[in-house]
Amino acid sequence: MTRDAIKDLVLEIIEDIDEDADFDTLESDKPLRDQLDLDSMDFLDIVMELRKRHKLQIPEEDYPELATLDSCVNYLEPLLKDA
Amino acid sequence: MPVSFAKAALANRYDVIIIGSGLGGLTSANRLAYCGYKVLLLEYHTQLGGLATWFKRKGHIFDVSLHGFPYGMVKTCKKYWNKEIMNSIVQLKNIVFDNPQFHLETTFDRLDFTEKLNKQFKIPESTINAFFSRVAGMNFYDDQSMTTRELFEEFFPGRSDVHRLLMEPISYANGSTLNDPAITYGIVFSNFMNKGVFTFEGGTDKLIGMMTDELEKNGVTICTSAKVDRIVVDNGVVRGVEVQGKLIECGSVVSNSGITNTIYNLAGIDSFSDDFMAKADKIRVNNSSCQVYMGIKKEEKIDDIGDLLFTSTAEEFDSSELCDFTTKSKTFSVYYPKTRPGHDRYTIVASMNSNFEDWNSLSEETYAIEKQNLIDRALIDLDRYLPGAKDKMDWIEAATPKTFNRYTLHTQGTSFGTKFEGLDISRNIFKEVSGLFHVGSVGIIMSGWLGAINYGVIVSNDVDAYMRTIT
Ligand SMILES: Cc1cc2nc3c(=O)[nH]c(=O)nc-3n(C[C@H](O)[C@H](O)[C@H](O)COP(=O)(O)OP(=O)(O)OC[C@H]3O[C@@H](n4cnc5c(N)ncnc54)[C@H](O)[C@@H]3O)c2cc1C
Repeated sequence: MTRDAIKDLVLEIIEDIDEDADFDTLESDKPLRDQLDLDSMDFLDIVMELRKRHKLQIPEEDYPELATLDSCVNYLEPLLKDA
Repeated sequence: MPVSFAKAALANRYDVIIIGSGLGGLTSANRLAYCGYKVLLLEYHTQLGGLATWFKRKGHIFDVSLHGFPYGMVKTCKKYWNKEIMNSIVQLKNIVFDNPQFHLETTFDRLDFTEKLNKQFKIPESTINAFFSRVAGMNFYDDQSMTTRELFEEFFPGRSDVHRLLMEPISYANGSTLNDPAITYGIVFSNFMNKGVFTFEGGTDKLIGMMTDELEKNGVTICTSAKVDRIVVDNGVVRGVEVQGKLIECGSVVSNSGITNTIYNLAGIDSFSDDFMAKADKIRVNNSSCQVYMGIKKEEKIDDIGDLLFTSTAEEFDSSELCDFTTKSKTFSVYYPKTRPGHDRYTIVASMNSNFEDWNSLSEETYAIEKQNLIDRALIDLDRYLPGAKDKMDWIEAATPKTFNRYTLHTQGTSFGTKFEGLDISRNIFKEVSGLFHVGSVGIIMSGWLGAINYGVIVSNDVDAYMRTIT
């Protein structure tokens, strides 16, 4: 998957969680949590969805890697290179 | 429709078996079905819901644990159940406190509490704001050496009236005391302060009915009157469960039975390491409850005195007084016709915290007498708010810790699971026995309707991760 495709994937998952999420003003290097009003349950949903869709197993200690959109893409890129 | 175990035609094997249909068990079942697993839900009682329950008497419907939950339920129900369920959540706008130290009516949110603390209790706004930001920033993994008592003393030294305002509702909500870790207080209190107190319009029966429909739509097999006697473990791996002498196999078991029940009675201590058992032996369960259910005759009405009343005639707040056998403190939840539109009846439920042993140690005869005394005390207290209400009632009944124990099998009839240490045991049980998970009220923060549902999701994530390693 390309970096752009990964970005779309993450945004698509977030949109499923919160259909009112506003991506227009989203800054990709700032925490998603603050900008989109996501809580720890929402991050768990992202983890579960990634497992469901791409069989990715993200261990709990790696959850901080999902903090910003950029860090998500950096973290997922090697994991999804064959997807 | 859920069928009773005796009449069910079950497969020999399921991907996941859930033991117990409390809100945690129901939610895990739903999430795991959503993940594509073949799920069997086994409930001991004839009715689903666990402590989220109700019963019918003489045209009345009494709710047992529908006194109020935080706004977070809206998002949680939308994400993990469905929009119809979410849309039935409505606010309880009039929360009343009445005790020798103060009287007030509030929407129980940060804005209104700030105003009350400032105007009525004369606390400087800067202190109030500092307190709110401290509790809002608390996480369950933070240091837990500070107690709630110490937290209150830091911000409101010597102000037992303020401590009462802040603590009393939370003690009823989850059995926590001033001696529990401040983080357990902060997390739950902040949840409520977010937007106030909410309820489910239509009542508990409607909620559980909607959840049951959703589960069946998602393919979950549900059996009632199905008491699991044993979780079968082979060489450190879960093999299945035993019900009425029958073995049903599965890849994972999610036990929504209490954590202590799960360890000592279902899996058995031999399934766990000495280290784990040393920690498990230290688990303290929370207090249980007493309730008095009062039904108003069909043709009668009562005044609007508020939705939820925290009442006490005790001079000062004291966590242990709240659990006294003859406590002077109780809540009244008043259910007006708006609770169940179309079913235009009034009911009142008095709730008290209570200790199991106080009731369990009584002879049958004394137990019956004390139950009547409990009812009489509730009626006297209620008369202060609704004079003469007793004459309008056509049903009065009481429940004690023994009642809660009988219907849920919970150790000492615990109403709110365990103290903080139970969370770690619950979260790590699958590291001891592969494929064995626990969901349900633990650690104070994972209890209540919202806590139990969210915990159901958290545990489902663990189960899903595990299941993918074995298939
Ligand atoms: C009096 C009272 C008032 C409350 N008020 C509120 C409130 O206003 N707001 C709020 O948010 N929370 C309230 N609570 C707390 C809330 O109801 C609980 O925290 C929550 O419902 C617990 O869900 P749970 O998943 O832990 O399971 P539980 O509800 O404890 O259910 C466990 C289930 O497992 C079943 N089970 C146990 N062993 C077996 C077995 N061996 N085989 C098969 N089944 C088994 C039991 O029968 C039960 O159905 C109240 C609780 C009480 C007691």
